[in-house]
Amino acid sequence: MTIGAELPAWAAIAVAVLVLAGAAMALVGAIGLLRFGSFYDRLHPPTLGTSAGTVLICAASILCFSVLGTRLSVHEMLIVLFMTVTTPVTFMLLARAALYRDRIEGNPDVPQSDG
Amino acid sequence: MSAQILAVALILGQLMLGASLLCATYRLMAGPRAQDRVLGLDSLYVNAMLMLLLFGIRTGKTVYFEAALIIAILGFTATMALAKFLMRGEVIE
Repeated sequence: MTIGAELPAWAAIAVAVLVLAGAAMALVGAIGLLRFGSFYDRLHPPTLGTSAGTVLICAASILCFSVLGTRLSVHEMLIVLFMTVTTPVTFMLLARAALYRDRIEGNPDVPQSDG
Repeated sequence: MSAQILAVALILGQLMLGASLLCATYRLMAGPRAQDRVLGLDSLYVNAMLMLLLFGIRTGKTVYFEAALIIAILGFTATMALAKFLMRGEVIE
């Protein structure tokens, strides 16, 4: 609770809105992960948290530390860049692995060939 | 006034992220299959990383940012290795 006193009001309100929006995105994604029916459905909602949630919360952090430090603080962009690059790779690989396992088991719900 | 707004928003954000962590933990525990557990673990580390960023904003320290970056990198490696294991039964062939 040490940081709010030094921030000007506009920055505090902007950081608050960004934090709430990012956390809400992550929560919506997690609820989707909880409620969707099949694995291939459940693959989609966590990406809300990894894309929009990460971008919004990192933007809040950038704004907060830029205003506090009176210089541009952009190292949170590293996290945004990294998550944007790696999430599609991991989820594509995970989906291919699940599809491979389902095909080996002869699950009738998945297509048997890529053609 | 601005301090109260920020404090309330940070607490609400951390509560929401805590609820997301609970959802991800349920998926990690309940399955029903191995790939669902891997997905739950992936969601768990992403939400934990966001939680660390909020801790960083609250305390004003940059240590939390470095921890979040390390969690992002190691989580990517862990999920890749687990997906590879699910596909082939081995991580390094």
